[in-house]
Amino acid sequence: MEEPYEPSVTLEEVPVEKGWSHKRIDTKDKKIAFGKFRTGRLKEILIQKFFLINGLLAIFILLSIFSLLFVKGFPAIKELGWKSFFGSSVWIPNSYSTPQYGILSLITSTLMVTVGALVIAVPLGVACAAFISQVASPRIREILKPAVEILAGIPSVVVGFLGIILVNPLIAKLFGISNGLNALNGSILLAIMSLPTIISLSEDALRAVPKTYKEASLALGANDWQTLVRVLVPSALSGIIASIMLGMGRAIGETMTVLMATGNAPALTFNFLDAIQTMTSTIAIELGEVPYNTTHYYSLFVIGLVLFIMTFVVNLVSDIILQKYQQVER
Amino acid sequence: MKKRWSERIGFLMLYLAGILVLFFLGVILFDIFIKGVGVLSWNFLTQPPRMGMTEGGIFPAIMGTFMVSIITVIFAVPLGMFAAIYLNEYAQPGKITRLIRLAIRNLSGVPSVVYGLFGVVLFVQMFRFGTSVLSAGLTLGLLTLPWTITACEEALKTVPKSYREGALALGATKWHAIRTNVLPYAIPGMMTGVILGLSRAAGETAPILFTGAAFFLPHLPKSLFDQFMALPYHLYILSTQHHAIEKVRPIAYGTALVLLGLILLLNLSAIWVRYSYRQKMRG
Repeated sequence: MEEPYEPSVTLEEVPVEKGWSHKRIDTKDKKIAFGKFRTGRLKEILIQKFFLINGLLAIFILLSIFSLLFVKGFPAIKELGWKSFFGSSVWIPNSYSTPQYGILSLITSTLMVTVGALVIAVPLGVACAAFISQVASPRIREILKPAVEILAGIPSVVVGFLGIILVNPLIAKLFGISNGLNALNGSILLAIMSLPTIISLSEDALRAVPKTYKEASLALGANDWQTLVRVLVPSALSGIIASIMLGMGRAIGETMTVLMATGNAPALTFNFLDAIQTMTSTIAIELGEVPYNTTHYYSLFVIGLVLFIMTFVVNLVSDIILQKYQQVER
Repeated sequence: MKKRWSERIGFLMLYLAGILVLFFLGVILFDIFIKGVGVLSWNFLTQPPRMGMTEGGIFPAIMGTFMVSIITVIFAVPLGMFAAIYLNEYAQPGKITRLIRLAIRNLSGVPSVVYGLFGVVLFVQMFRFGTSVLSAGLTLGLLTLPWTITACEEALKTVPKSYREGALALGATKWHAIRTNVLPYAIPGMMTGVILGLSRAAGETAPILFTGAAFFLPHLPKSLFDQFMALPYHLYILSTQHHAIEKVRPIAYGTALVLLGLILLLNLSAIWVRYSYRQKMRG
């Protein structure tokens, strides 16, 4: 490794620079910037531009994902019209006589498992976050925090596998049905998948509440529980809500777990013990089988576009909440 | 007295929540380990599947995951590093920077299956890479890019400002200062982030479903444009698509164990890099 403080630039090479920025050049500096100095300066500017392009890459990728989904989805919409997608719940794209492309049931299925997952994961996740940040002894915290990180790292296909093998018979037994691959199974698995997001971000939010709040509440005679429920959680509420939104985004976009555990039968239902088929699993099942550039193929991109927009909005809302919250903190 | 009770019950519930989360993790790890460890053997790790995947090992799947991960790293790490250098060293607070950060946060929330769709159109169709190791690796690279950027930026943030100022005061140009006084200290932190991103990419299934993963291949991919087998996809096949699901269940458990083991190993090595780096900074 190089010595950090060794002056590796000789005086002659010293380029003209103002502070940490290249933007302003005084007239006096411009004069010096001619000749030998100029090449060095040019090099610096090129380097900066190079990094700028890389920085802009994220915007470029996001825009190209959106536009490619749109371009590929558009032929299907043009051919069939918006109504056959959003006005119908019958999804039989591979029928020979009359293929139908209604995606309503796919959307409701996705929303169903998402809501189901949140019903389980929100109370559990927020309680666990409160436990880690306020109640747990340092030792228990040292166990729980890495545990949450490991849980976050478990691949969705492994969770889906256990959904088939463990949760499936359990549900079948509990409710006396023949098959436990249904919306409830998917909800439970999605809850596990979104728990780490909710826990770690809620914990950050709870931790960010100024200590004085807690001290003031305790000094006024409130006990620990009252302080937690009436002071700490309300103060951290925006951060907690943002974490829930992010968990929701994950649940909407999660593919493998729902693909493996929900039974995959496109049907408009609101019964959690029915088999369903979400938007993500529809894409996963059918994209591998359809010939490229057919109506069916394009219609899968319509689903992708709807999915993209849904998660985009959810993420954006959570982002806005977080930004506001940080401003209030300041 | 009433208040005391509500407090006790409340805290009891918090305890239960913590225990339940540990329980979930415990069940996952325990079940996979207990039922998968019996299958594990040298042959299982080094042999290709035989007899319609009901016997033999998972060697091609391990190698496939390995190869795809390498492409992912080669693609995502430089781009992520450069973007992070821009954001942390060059970017001035303003609209463009805010927009970039917004885009990064939103990219990390894009569903993995949508990255799969994108990969099919861009790499498989438009770039004509076909369904291949290359297409899948690049798709996973895009997927990990937002994480890589965030991790690299976090690492750059930990380098004290005085390091940069010291170099600048001695007359170094900005790039020179970054190269000699910032990057060497940020590299271990970046490594940690890269390894974590890699462990996520290795476990992803949805993006490789249609960009290159194959149901069964008797041999390893010979070039970048061949299809490949991958551990997570293999597990998916064995647990849902196989004609004799009950018969291949032990192999599925073994595959799940190898996949989990690989990911935990990557996580541990990330922790180790972080730890040894901290020790060095102290000493």
